[in-house]
Amino acid sequence: MTAGAPSLGLLTADPHVVTVGAGLFAEALAAQAVPVTPVEWRPPPPGTEEDLVRVVADPRRPEANRTAMERMLAAGAELVDVRPASEALGLEAGTFFHAGPPVTWERASGPLRGALMGAAVFEGLAESPAAAETLLAAGDGIVLDSCHHHRAVGPMAGVISASMWVFELRDPGSDARAYCSLNEGLGKVLRYGAYGQDVIDRLRWMSAVLGPLLRSAVLAHGPIDVKAIVAQMLQMGDEGHNRNRAGTLMLLREVLPSLIDCDAAAKDVAEVVRFVAGNDHFFLNLAMPACKLATDAARDVPGSTVVVAMARNGTDFGIQVSGTGDRWFTGPALVPEGLYLGDYGPEDANPDIGDSAITETAGIGGFAMAAAPAIVRFVGGEVPDALAATGSMYEITLAEHPVFQVPILDFRGTPTGIDVTRVVRTGILPSINTGMAGRVPGTGQVGAGLVTPPEQVFPAALAALAEASPPVGPG
Amino acid sequence: MTTDDALTGAGAREVSTGVPVTGADLVEHVEVRSGAYHDSVTLMQASRAVAGLAGIEGALIAMGTELNLDILRGMGFAMPSAGPNDLVVAVRAVDGAALTRGLDGLDAALSRPTATRSVGGASGADVPPRTTGSALRRTSASLALVSVPGRFAFAEAMDALEGGVSVLVFSDNVPVEQEVRLKQEAARRGLLVMGPDCGTAVVGGVGLGFANAVRPGPVGLVAASGTGAQQLLCLLDAAGVGVSACLGVGGRDLSAAVGGRSTLQAMAALDADPATELVVVVSKPPAKEVADAVAERAAAMRTPTLLALLGRGRPDLTTVAARAIATTGAAVPQWPEWPPSGRQPSPCPRSGALRGLFSGGTLCDEAMVIAAAELGPVASNIPLEPEWALPDDLRTTGHAMIDFGEDRLTAGRPHPMIDPSLRLERLAVEAGDPGTAVVLLDVVLGHGSHPDPAADLAPAIRAAREARRRGSPPGELAVVVSLCGTSSDPQRRDRQAEALAAAGAHVFASNAAAARHAVGLVRPASATGNPADRSAGSTS
Repeated sequence: MTAGAPSLGLLTADPHVVTVGAGLFAEALAAQAVPVTPVEWRPPPPGTEEDLVRVVADPRRPEANRTAMERMLAAGAELVDVRPASEALGLEAGTFFHAGPPVTWERASGPLRGALMGAAVFEGLAESPAAAETLLAAGDGIVLDSCHHHRAVGPMAGVISASMWVFELRDPGSDARAYCSLNEGLGKVLRYGAYGQDVIDRLRWMSAVLGPLLRSAVLAHGPIDVKAIVAQMLQMGDEGHNRNRAGTLMLLREVLPSLIDCDAAAKDVAEVVRFVAGNDHFFLNLAMPACKLATDAARDVPGSTVVVAMARNGTDFGIQVSGTGDRWFTGPALVPEGLYLGDYGPEDANPDIGDSAITETAGIGGFAMAAAPAIVRFVGGEVPDALAATGSMYEITLAEHPVFQVPILDFRGTPTGIDVTRVVRTGILPSINTGMAGRVPGTGQVGAGLVTPPEQVFPAALAALAEASPPVGPG
Repeated sequence: MTTDDALTGAGAREVSTGVPVTGADLVEHVEVRSGAYHDSVTLMQASRAVAGLAGIEGALIAMGTELNLDILRGMGFAMPSAGPNDLVVAVRAVDGAALTRGLDGLDAALSRPTATRSVGGASGADVPPRTTGSALRRTSASLALVSVPGRFAFAEAMDALEGGVSVLVFSDNVPVEQEVRLKQEAARRGLLVMGPDCGTAVVGGVGLGFANAVRPGPVGLVAASGTGAQQLLCLLDAAGVGVSACLGVGGRDLSAAVGGRSTLQAMAALDADPATELVVVVSKPPAKEVADAVAERAAAMRTPTLLALLGRGRPDLTTVAARAIATTGAAVPQWPEWPPSGRQPSPCPRSGALRGLFSGGTLCDEAMVIAAAELGPVASNIPLEPEWALPDDLRTTGHAMIDFGEDRLTAGRPHPMIDPSLRLERLAVEAGDPGTAVVLLDVVLGHGSHPDPAADLAPAIRAAREARRRGSPPGELAVVVSLCGTSSDPQRRDRQAEALAAAGAHVFASNAAAARHAVGLVRPASATGNPADRSAGSTS
């Protein structure tokens, strides 16, 4: 055992001490005119100490997290195709993917049930929403599964069925894929649990016209760099979850020439353009799978404490962690806090729902709120709140994104890579910037606000990580 | 996507480097970095910075837009294959060394050290660091000091090590396997864990925890005991000998389980330190195999090393200090002493009990060893022999010494070095106990300790002695104080000593001398049933 240079550094360096614990030590140092940085420390929740020690002590952890983060940050995202889900995801009739961790019909909330009913009618499995409800409740020939289990994500109810078309994104570095449905627009739409005829008709048009035309345009144009659009839109006031306006316009700019040029009826092209241009959230359904490519890249590194998924099904909020494989750690989804549209109030809001928290998981959305001051009032805050929201996320993340940067923070990279141990140690929960669905199916959006995962999922994940870690020893 | 603030991909492709340019004595480096993003202002500043370095004949650091590639061509560089989302680095220099400097300068200009990022304002929205790791990412610190409750200390200490700094862990009640894991990690990284349960260190001239203000000098201490270290620091200072560092290693470092990891690491660090000319290792006797390892390391050190392993039959701290002082070539002084001042007659030896009320465990130990050698059994809450243990109420009729800093007595209350109340209460009790002839107290000054111990203690001593003089109860009460402090300490040692002496205490800078004096004041009793007789046959 020899003393390397750092020990020597200890003896000769200009003193500057970080103190954590009793304030008197910082005072005693200040009295000696020594620069001090005190830590504002709080104890972790009772019962987590031993798990924390075990996971922090795991000799694999620093390298595992480094690997997971390198992969997450390096992952690219290109839009390469638009295809029916039956082809792209192997979705069969009677199978429905949905947002969030796995859930049964019995436990599903209003918006998810409504979306499943609408999808069943859309697929021709039932003649009416009422018949669909009976069918889904009986469950015969019906399979429900998480989008996340199939390299897919979906906003709000996130229901994907066989005849729906999906975006196909690719990470050029690894050839990995991620998929997402096409965004229907605002108001009474399937993802908010609406199932009326207008919803079905729109879904049919999307499969018959929107999907195929976008496909032709994308194939003619060649891969569209979605990650680059995300990087630019963050510098134009978008954060990628609640605000996607600039992203939508940049996408449109990319595909427009090829759209016009492809051999489609001008009327159809016009309708497609009108549809995309009129939906400020259209790009959300590209931002989400781009984020999924990044987080999927970080999966399955033994010993890594990085969160690779945060997702809600309207009843449960679930997280997945790199070092614990496909396990979900779930708790009750909370109701977001924020502002309500029109006459709506808290009693109208459904618990948190959607795979869109994948944006925060990858370092944008609520984590990049400082880039989107315009959205902060929409969620009931003021501009300093936006800066503070991003600021506190740095305490629980492992990296600053090299590509996603926030101009007002001096182009600092967004806080990326949620570390389970840091969440438990600090008590700071990931802050998610989200829309609120109405509890009654088909209501649509009732407001927007901030929400966090339920506290307990992080100690649960920590306990699983601890179980998978070696016992504490010299290492 | 043609803005020059875009990026994508991953990795760097070097196109050519060190290429001699025909017709001129120059070398060129052209590189394409995809996956590197910087805004255009940063890139312009970087280009200017690199171009301004000595030996750089030309530099362009820019995104690969058509415009920039034209400029590159115009500057005569080899043309790389780059797109607008790629960062192009082109540098021309007079030789390889200048080229390297240029590229290093580029990395410096492009890297954004978080240490310069302000926490407040627009750059971080005033969120204070919530973990040691977070604090270390924001600032270039030299050390971390962890004093959270012991069961939470591990994560903070590990943060420090992963952040590249050594750590002082004041916290106690850290499980031993966590201590071992931390020390193993520290060794791997060439860092030092001082602790757990380390209350004293002096590093870079700064006192950490409970430490005395000392001058810089040639002696480096490695201490498994806080007050043991403080006593040495003060005695060295009294001889005008300064200290290069005092590295605490925690009370359990020299156990078999921990194996002396920090002690060995600290010894090596001091050996390599040019300012340290003598190393002194202070501890209670360690486990045998650990003692052997320490002795082996000591023998292999280039720097002379004194091993001061305290305990019965071994040299006391004052002897060690004298040895160290002599080794540095300085003169061993008469240790400072302040007899009771005023017109008070010096107490005469008489029979009765010696009661020690200590704040420092090592000082208590040292006094007990000295006392037991002359007087036989000394009861204690940290007894030298198990059968000498005090009952829970800490009462006895014979000689006793209590360490008020011991865990059971500090549960839920401040340490006696900060809060004198428990000791003052006990002093009053001893004053009221006719069997007590001498009270021996340590007063430890320095950073972290009570700002004016004499302010509380002197009146209490005066009152206690006064009560005895009035005969309630009868029999003079002698008070002896071991005053551990330097003249630079915030409490001002000499003023403390004078105040205590004026109250009637006999004050000594040397704890061993204080203990011997106190023992000398207590005549062993004849066969009177005094418990001091009980095991007369077993005195050492």
